[in-house]
Amino acid sequence: MNATTTTRAEYCVIACADAWRDNGEVLASPMGLIPSIGARLAKHTFSPDLLLTDGEALIVGLDGAVEGWLPYRQHLAMVTGGRRHVMMGASQLDRFGNQNISCIGDWQRPDRQLLGVRGAPVNTLNNPVSYWVPKHSKRVFVARVDMISGVGYDSAAAAGPSATRFHRIPRVVSDLGVFDFATPDHSMRLAGVHPGVSVEEVRAATGFPLALPGEVPRTREPTATELRLIRTVIDPEGRREREVPAA
Amino acid sequence: MTDKTMTPEDVVSRLRSGMTLGIGGWGSRRKPMALVRALLRSDLTDLTVISYGGPDVGLLAAAGRIRTLVAAFATLDSIPLEPHFRAARQRGAFELREIDEAMFMWGLQAAAHRLPFLPVRSGLGSDVMRVNPALRTVTSPYEDGETFVAMPALRMDAALVHLHRADRLGNGQYLGPDPYFDDLFCEAADSAYVSCERIVDDFASAVPQTLLVKRHSVTGVVEAPNGAHFTSCAPDYGRDEPFQKLYATTPWPQFAERFLSGDEKTYRSAVHSWHEEQQ
Repeated sequence: MNATTTTRAEYCVIACADAWRDNGEVLASPMGLIPSIGARLAKHTFSPDLLLTDGEALIVGLDGAVEGWLPYRQHLAMVTGGRRHVMMGASQLDRFGNQNISCIGDWQRPDRQLLGVRGAPVNTLNNPVSYWVPKHSKRVFVARVDMISGVGYDSAAAAGPSATRFHRIPRVVSDLGVFDFATPDHSMRLAGVHPGVSVEEVRAATGFPLALPGEVPRTREPTATELRLIRTVIDPEGRREREVPAA
Repeated sequence: MTDKTMTPEDVVSRLRSGMTLGIGGWGSRRKPMALVRALLRSDLTDLTVISYGGPDVGLLAAAGRIRTLVAAFATLDSIPLEPHFRAARQRGAFELREIDEAMFMWGLQAAAHRLPFLPVRSGLGSDVMRVNPALRTVTSPYEDGETFVAMPALRMDAALVHLHRADRLGNGQYLGPDPYFDDLFCEAADSAYVSCERIVDDFASAVPQTLLVKRHSVTGVVEAPNGAHFTSCAPDYGRDEPFQKLYATTPWPQFAERFLSGDEKTYRSAVHSWHEEQQ
């Protein structure tokens, strides 16, 4: 790792951290390593009011100091009360943000059974849900997911006002770029590419047509303080570089 | 007052094939594994299992005891995908009634409160509604007029949970970070069996909030030290990660032969000698 050059993994951290910008006093629930580094970076810098958990049943500060108790039951109340922004993983993700973590193939007799829907249905209808995909490919970004676990914009609309009332997918971050649904029909849009990635590369790795802004911006550069925090405080062992290796 | 202590075998003798069983804990955490192992030694089958699934589900599925599974997931936590659950599901070995974590909680809550259902926002728009066509929706009778999923009560014939301490009357105490939903499981079941690390005479010095399960909802108490093994039972002990890895990577017949063919004492000594071999 060159001390002056920002790595792809670090751009991913920045893109994840920015998902929690201006969120205020909500629980940041990162799933996966790079979102975890991102959430901690956001709390260290521009979103100090975020709440974090120890991964079990405690709410903890950046130094690990306990500030609250959050067993599963209360965690679900935080979800349904909307005071949480989760960044989940996705085995499949489609054009309207439907996500699948349940199984691949026909649900009746799956080719590959995965986790099950877990909390994806309750998350997506109640609190903002972003997604993190460490390896962008057509296997993940598919035309249609096999089992809708996390609800996308089209499915929420079809299910009616109770489904759309609190439904929001702020962003998707992958190792190639950042995506949102800021289009008239809420289809996925390429909102930015990480430096070193071309728009063509993203389109070629995506299994559906992506909406494109006139000019696709690049993921912002980390500040010197952010880079120092990532490298010396939050992830000094450089685990992020193993999740997203240098391109 | 009634002394409710019994053995794992007593518990199993009160269960029948075809029953609906709830199993407490979460993933690979504080699962009533000694009771599950006793179940595996019996010939009970055709079970409907309701569980925030971990190796309890994997073991029962691998042994062919499950007819229907009601779950939102099955995981070993440090090993994300439960291999025996996966294999059983991929060969169509049981019927899955897939619901989400929150629907599950409201189903337990409804059963504990003797309600036929509770309204919940989750499920709408997801394929849970497609694969579970028996699920119904309900319209709010108030001005908002919103539509919700009517999550049916998850009433069960029996519940099995594992706690840290219990008394002979059936009061149970948890000492870990999370109660999970064990008290709800007991209240949602017609009979409930609590295994525990240690039976105590009383809870005179206990922090009251740790006294999770009340005796009126408990039928039997089993003293089963290390009874959650190999799942975690913090703070008494953590998950036995090397053994869990062995479980996840050993073909089922081989694992069952070595570890599940005798009683709980035999299991413990088989685990002990396996650990010795690893030194």
